[in-house]
Amino acid sequence: MTNKLFFAGAGGQGVLLMGQMTAYAAMAEDKPVTFLPSYGPEMRGGTSNCTVVVSDDKPVSCPLIYEADAVVVMNVPSLLKFESLVKPGGKLFINSSLIEQKTSRDDIEAIYVPTIELAEQLGNTRAANIVMFGAFMRSMNIMSMETCEHVLEKIFSGRKEKYLELNKKAFHIYEN
Amino acid sequence: MAEKVLMKGNEAFAEAVIRGGCRFYFGYPITPQSEIPEFMARELKKRGGAFLQAESELGAINMTYGCAAAGGNVFISSSSPGISLMQEGMSFLCSAEVPCTILNVSRCGPGVGGIQPGQADYYQMTRGGGNGDYKIPTFAPANIQEAVDILYEAPMLADSIRNPVAVLADGMLGQMMEPVALPEQKKQYSPDEIAEYKPWALTGYNAKADKKRAVVKSLRLQPEALEEHVEKLFKKYRQLEKELVRYEAVDLDGADIVFVAFGTMSRLCKEAMEILADQGIKAGLIRPISIWPYPAEAFDKIDFGTTKVVISTELSMGQMIDDVRLAVNGRLPVRLIHRTGGMIPTSLEVVEKAKTILEESK
Repeated sequence: MTNKLFFAGAGGQGVLLMGQMTAYAAMAEDKPVTFLPSYGPEMRGGTSNCTVVVSDDKPVSCPLIYEADAVVVMNVPSLLKFESLVKPGGKLFINSSLIEQKTSRDDIEAIYVPTIELAEQLGNTRAANIVMFGAFMRSMNIMSMETCEHVLEKIFSGRKEKYLELNKKAFHIYEN
Repeated sequence: MAEKVLMKGNEAFAEAVIRGGCRFYFGYPITPQSEIPEFMARELKKRGGAFLQAESELGAINMTYGCAAAGGNVFISSSSPGISLMQEGMSFLCSAEVPCTILNVSRCGPGVGGIQPGQADYYQMTRGGGNGDYKIPTFAPANIQEAVDILYEAPMLADSIRNPVAVLADGMLGQMMEPVALPEQKKQYSPDEIAEYKPWALTGYNAKADKKRAVVKSLRLQPEALEEHVEKLFKKYRQLEKELVRYEAVDLDGADIVFVAFGTMSRLCKEAMEILADQGIKAGLIRPISIWPYPAEAFDKIDFGTTKVVISTELSMGQMIDDVRLAVNGRLPVRLIHRTGGMIPTSLEVVEKAKTILEESK
C-alpha cells in the first residue's frame, strides 16, 4: 500500500516544508518514503510543488506520480492546475483563505481549510501552512499526530524554538 | 546499521564520498548539482581537506589531475555540459593512470539544453568524449542509498585500479530526498602512508624508500612505447570487464516483455511492471548498475521461451539501446520507449506504449 501525496502553492507558502515534514514523519515511523521537489528557475512568488510517496512496507519504486491519493493546494493557480491529479475518491485540501472558488470535481472529497483565519486566532498568520499540515495529517491518518509533533519539535528547535508552541497549536487547531 | 537520515541526493552524494576518503574537491557550479560544491565548501576544510572553486570545468579537471598525481584523493562533480568540458582531462587521467572519483548529475541536452533530468549522457559516459583509447568504469544508481554505497566505495576502487571511476546520477536523484544510512568514515592516510600506498605518486620530499623518481605523464611520442602502454591499459580494462559488472534482474522467468532501464527510468519501469501485472501481462526488468562494463551476461537470463520483445526505456532518443542490441544479439526484437528534453513519462505512459509494442511483436 502506498500513499501518493502532492503539495502545491506559491513559493514562500511553506509548500516544500509541508512535504518535507510529511517525509520526516514517515521516516520516523520507519516507512519507506521519497520526497521529490519540482525544481527550475523559479524564485519567491513563483510556483512551487512537491511529491511525497509513502509506502507501508516495500521500498518506494517510483517517486513520480500520475495520480494522487491527496493533493494540497495553497493558491488559485495550484487548484486549477492540480485538482485533476486527485484520483477518484481521493482528497483535495484547499486553502480557503486564499481560494474563494470550490473544486469543480464531484468525485472526490474536498476539505476547505481557512488557514489564515485560523492562524490569525493564534496571533501569527505565518503559521498558516502548519494549520494546513495539521488538517492534512489528521484527515489522512498515515502517520500518527504524535509522530508529527516530534517532527515539529525537530523543525522548530535551536533558534526557532520560540515558534514551537505557536506551531503546535496551529497543528491542532483545525478539528473538523 | 547506522540510523537513517532524510537527505537530499546531492548532499548525500557529497557526504558519502567524503566518508569514502576523498579530501579534495575542485568544481564549478552548475544546476542540478550546485548543492555539491556548496556542501564541499562548507565541509572539506573542517575535515582536513580543501575545496577550491575553479575558474571553469576545464580548470577543475586539470586541478584534479595535478592534485591526484601528487597522491591526493580527489572528487569532482558536474552536470552534462560541464562534464563535456572535463572530458579532455579525463582522457589524460586515464592515460597517466591517475585515479579520481567523478560524478555526473545529468540534465538534458544537447548544448546547454535544459536543467531537468535526462539520460542522454549515456554515450558521453560510456564512450567518452575525450580522445584516444580509454575507459572509465561508470555506475548508474537508481536511488539515493545505492548512490551513497557506490560513491563510498568509488575512491578506493579508483585508487586500486589507478583509473578514474564515474557515477551517473540525474537531476531527479540529485534533487529528491530519501531516508539514507550513511557508512562509517574510512581511514585517512598520512602523507608518509600515501607515499607508500601510492608509490607512483609525486609525493616529493624524498619519501620513497627506494628514492626512485616518479613520473606521471600521458605523452609518449614513440609509437612502440605508446602501443605498449595502451595495450597495458586495455589488459586492465579487460580484467575490469570481468570484475565490475553489476546489475539487477527482476522477474525474468516467464516474462512476456523485458524492460531494460537504468537510474530514474528503472523506477518508473518497476511501477509499470506492477500495473501490467494487474492487467495480466508479465514484465521483467534488467537494470544495469554498471553501464561500463555493460552487464551483457544479464541478457542470457531472459526467458526466451516466453519473452516476445526487449524494450530499452530511456530519457534520451535511445543511446543505451545500442548496448541492448549487442547483448540481445539478434535473439529477440529490441524496441525503444523514450522521452527527452527533460520530459519524464508517467508509468502509465510506459504501460500503454509497452502494450502497443507487445501487440506488434506477437
